[in-house]
Amino acid sequence: MAEEKRTRVLVAKPGLDGHDRGAKVVARALRDAGMEVIYTGLRQTPEQIVEAALQEDVDVIGLSCLSGAHNHLFPQVVALLKKHQAEDILVVGGGVIPDEDIPFLKEHGVKEIFTPGTGTNVLVDFIKKHVAHR
Amino acid sequence: MDEHLPGKVQQWEEKTKKSLAKNPERKPKFKNASQLTVERVYTPLDVASDYTVNIGLPGEYPFTRGVQPTMYRGRFWTMRQYAGMASAEESNARYRYLLEQGQTGLSVAFDLPTQIGYDSDHILAAGEVGKVGVAIDSLADMELLFKDIPLEKVSTSMTINAPAAVLLAMYIAVAEKQGASMEKLSGTIQNDILKEYVARGTYIFPPAPSMRLITDIFAFCAQHVPEWNTISISGYHIREAGSTAVQEVAFTLSDGIAYVEAAIKVGLNVDDFAPRLSFFFNSHVDFFEEVAKFRAARRLWAKIMKERFAAKNPKSMMLRFHTQTGGSTLTAQQPDNNVVRVTLQALAAVLGGTQSLHTNSRDEALALPTEDSVRIALRTQQIIAYESGVADTVDPLAGSYYLEKMTDDIESAAFALIQKVDALGGAVAAIEKGFMQREIQDAAYDWQMQVESKDRVVVGVNQFCIKEPSPRGLLRVDASVGENQKQKLQQLRSSRDNEAVKQALLHLEACARGAANCMPAILDAVRVYATLGEICDTLRKVFGEYHADNVL
Amino acid sequence: MLPIDRLRERFLSGETRALAQSISLVEDSAREAARFMRPLGAPMTLPRIVGVTGPPGAGKSTLTARLALALLEKGEKVALLLIDPSSPFSGGAILGDRIRMHDLTGRPDVFIRSLSSRGSLGGLSAAAIRVLRLLEYCDFSTIILETVGTGQAETDVVEAVDTVVVVTVPGLGDDIQAMKAGIMEIADIFVVNKADREGAERTARQIGAMLGLQEGKQRLPVPVVQTVATTGQGISELLQALDRHSADLTISMELKGRREKRWQKEFDAYVTSLLVDDFLAWAQGSNAEVAPHGRHGAADIYGLAEQLVAKYYAERTKRDAEEN
Repeated sequence: MAEEKRTRVLVAKPGLDGHDRGAKVVARALRDAGMEVIYTGLRQTPEQIVEAALQEDVDVIGLSCLSGAHNHLFPQVVALLKKHQAEDILVVGGGVIPDEDIPFLKEHGVKEIFTPGTGTNVLVDFIKKHVAHR
Repeated sequence: MDEHLPGKVQQWEEKTKKSLAKNPERKPKFKNASQLTVERVYTPLDVASDYTVNIGLPGEYPFTRGVQPTMYRGRFWTMRQYAGMASAEESNARYRYLLEQGQTGLSVAFDLPTQIGYDSDHILAAGEVGKVGVAIDSLADMELLFKDIPLEKVSTSMTINAPAAVLLAMYIAVAEKQGASMEKLSGTIQNDILKEYVARGTYIFPPAPSMRLITDIFAFCAQHVPEWNTISISGYHIREAGSTAVQEVAFTLSDGIAYVEAAIKVGLNVDDFAPRLSFFFNSHVDFFEEVAKFRAARRLWAKIMKERFAAKNPKSMMLRFHTQTGGSTLTAQQPDNNVVRVTLQALAAVLGGTQSLHTNSRDEALALPTEDSVRIALRTQQIIAYESGVADTVDPLAGSYYLEKMTDDIESAAFALIQKVDALGGAVAAIEKGFMQREIQDAAYDWQMQVESKDRVVVGVNQFCIKEPSPRGLLRVDASVGENQKQKLQQLRSSRDNEAVKQALLHLEACARGAANCMPAILDAVRVYATLGEICDTLRKVFGEYHADNVL
Repeated sequence: MLPIDRLRERFLSGETRALAQSISLVEDSAREAARFMRPLGAPMTLPRIVGVTGPPGAGKSTLTARLALALLEKGEKVALLLIDPSSPFSGGAILGDRIRMHDLTGRPDVFIRSLSSRGSLGGLSAAAIRVLRLLEYCDFSTIILETVGTGQAETDVVEAVDTVVVVTVPGLGDDIQAMKAGIMEIADIFVVNKADREGAERTARQIGAMLGLQEGKQRLPVPVVQTVATTGQGISELLQALDRHSADLTISMELKGRREKRWQKEFDAYVTSLLVDDFLAWAQGSNAEVAPHGRHGAADIYGLAEQLVAKYYAERTKRDAEEN
C-alpha cells in the first residue's frame, strides 16, 4: 500500500490565444508519464492561473501561447507567484516563441521554453529532472 | 476492361510477395497522413466509379472535377495572401504592396482582441494588440485599413467570426464613404462560429444567438450585398487542430449542414442563400490524399445539397473553396525547407481545383512573415500558375486509379462520419457533447506519437537535423501598437457624438432582444463610430458568453 | 520545528497555499496524514458534506459550480473536491473539472481542488477520504465532492458524505431501467439536469416511480429535482432539497449514523494500511518469497501465502521479544 507522490502540473493558456492542440497533447503525454495534470482551458488571466496553481499545489506550471503575447503574459505569472511566496513552483512555457525572446523570459523567471518541434519526451524528462519531491 | 485483368493482377501480387523476402519494402504497411491504407499499386479494378455518374465533367453535377467547365483556363485561382498586423496604417501598406506584386484579392487578418470583440484598451487585450493581425477598434481604423484601395474593384476576404456582422458593417460603411454601392461589393467573411467552438477558440456568444447573427447576415446580404460570400465554412482549423483528412471533410460539411438547416429554419429558401456559401480547406502533407480530399468534398456536398436539401439551382450544389497550405506542417528548423513544403501543398490545392489560395511563408512557424518571405510565397503560386502548365487543363489528375480510389474512399469514410454526427443530433449537438473535439484530439495525439516514434518523418525535426543558429530578421510587432490604439480610442471617444452612439447601442440592444435582423442596427452603430467593444458588449449583455466545457 | 509542524501551523492560520500543501501531504501518505492530523484533535464543527455523482455527460461539474455559487451567495464558505479517473496504465490523470468553475474564480470564500481517483474504481480512494477529513478542520460550511460517474453503484460515495446527489439527464431512456439498483438506493436527492431537453418530465416521473418501489425501506423521502445547470434553473429548488435533507438527517439521527460509518471506514482503512505497510517493510527486509512464482508455479498459492504470513508473525514476535 505504498502510496505514491505524483507530480502535479498545471497546463494553462494565458491570454486570448485559442490554439490548444499543443496544450492538450502535452497534457496527455504528461498523464501517460504518470503525472496529474490540471488543465484549466482557454482565456486564463495570470491571476486565475496562479490561483489554480496554489490551490492545486502543483509542482509545475506549463504556459502555452501562440499569439505573440508571451513576453507580456509569462512574466506576469511569475511575478504573481512571487507575490504569493510560491517561487518554488517551476514555470515553463511553449508555443510560438522566437529564440531571441528566450533570454528575456528566463530572466523573468521562466525556467525553460520548449520551442516548436520539441518532443513531449523532452518535456517529461525535464520535469522529472527538475521536480524534487518533498 | 480486360476480363483477364483480375487474374493478372493476382498473379503479379503473388509474384511480388515472393520477391519481398529479398527486396523488402520500407514498411510492413503504408498509410497516408490520415491513416488510410496505401496499396502497392492501383489498377482499373480499384476504380468502382462509373465515369459519367461519379466522375463526370467539370461544371456538372456532382462536380467531382471542378465547379466550372473551364476552371483555370478562364481565370487563375485568386491569389489571396492572408495579411494583417499591428496598426491599420501598417496593414494598409502591406496590402498595397501585395496588390502591386500581383496579388488578386485581399485577405484581412485581425488581432485577437478584435476577433473576440474587445477594444484595444480592454484588460484582456493587454499584450495581444496587433500581434496576430490588425487591430480594428472602430470605423476610423477600418477607413485607414482600406485607404487608397477601391473596394468596388478589389475583393476582400475577412477572417472574422464571432463579430463578423460588425466588421462587415464597417466594410460596407467604408465603401459607402468611397462612393461604392453595396451591390457591387465582393468578398467573404469567414463567419463560421461552429469551428470556433471545435478548433479555433475565438468565440464570444453561445451557439444559438451566434447562429441567429449568422442567418441575419445571410438574409441581409441576399438582399443588399448579393456578390458577398456570407460564410466560409472552414475545415482548415479543424485540420490544424490535428484532425485527419476524413474528419476535416466530415466535420466541415456537418457544420455546413447545420448552417443550411438554420437558414431554412428562419424561412430562407435554400437556393436564395446556398450559392453564396463557400468553404475553406487545408492543404496538408500527403499530396495525393489532399487532391482526392478536395474532389471528394465537392462530390459529397453536391449530393447533400441535391438529395438532403432538394436544392434546384446548380449553384447551390457547387462547393467553392479557398485553401491555405497547412501552417502546422511548417518547421522552425531549417525554415527554407518550408518553401518546398508549401510548393507541394499549393500544387495539391491547384490540382484539387481551389477557387483561391493562400500560401504560407517560410518563417511562419516562428512569426508573422517578413515582406521577403511573403513575396516568395506569392511567387510560388505565380510559378505554378504561369510556368508549370498544370493550370492549362481541367482536373489533370482525374483517371489516376490511385486518385479516383482515394477520392471514393474519402467520400465514403466522410459520409459515415457525417452520419455519426447526425445520429448525435447534428453538428451543434455533437460539439456540445464534445464528440468532434475528442475525435480531433485523439488524431492529434496519434500524430504526435508517430512523429516521436519516427514512424512519421519530419525533415529537419526528427531526421536530417542540423545544428543551426537562431533565425534572424523575424518580424516583430512593437508593443507601442497597443499604446497607440489606446490613444486613438481616447481621441475617438472625445471627438464623436456620444449621444448618437448611446442611442444606436440602445436600438441595437432592442433589436437583439427581439427577432428583427440585427444588421441595420449594427450598421447604424458603426456609422456613428461606436467601437467594436461597445457593440459586442451590448450583444454580450443580451446573448451571454460562451464557456468551453469539455476537455480531453 | 519540523517541517510538518511548520506546515500545520501555517495550515491552522488559514493560509491557502498551506491548505493546498496539506492536502497533498495527506493525499500522498496515510502515515503522514496521521502525523499531521493527530495533534489537531477533533474538529470544532463538522461541515455538511455533499456528494455529486452520476454518469458522464450529465453536467455534474456545471451543476456543482452553480450549486457552489448559490451557497456562496447565501454567505457560506465552500470547498469543492473534484475527482477524475486516473489512467489505469500510467497512474497519471487529466483533471479537467476545474474548467467549468470559471464563475468561481477570484473568490476568497471558495476553495477548489482536483483529485485523481488513484485507481479506485468507485471513484473515492482512501486518499480522498483523508482529504475530506483534513477539510473538516477548516471553516467550510459545505464541502462538495464531485466524483467519477461510472454509472455503477458508487457505494464509496455514500460512505463518505452526508447527502448523495445523483445527477442524470433525459434521453438516457432505457438506461434508467438499466441503472443498477444500487444507484437508486444510494441517492438522497435525484437531479434531472438539462431539463430543458425533451423527455425531462418523463425521466423525472420514471425515477419517481422507481423510487416509489423503495418506499417502506426506512428511508427519508428522495426528491427528484429538475435543473438546467447552464442557466441556473432549478438550483434554488436543489438548495432547498439539500437543506431539507440536512435538517432531516439531524432530526432522524441518521447523520450521526452516517458519520460514524465514515469514521469507521477511515479507521479500518488506516489500521489496514498500518498492518500492510509493516508487512511490506518486513518483506523487503527479509529474504522471504513474496510472490508464488518460479519453481512452485501457481500450484500452492494459498499454502505459500499462509506460510509467508506465519513467518512474518514468527519473526515479528521474536523481534518484539528482543526489543522488550
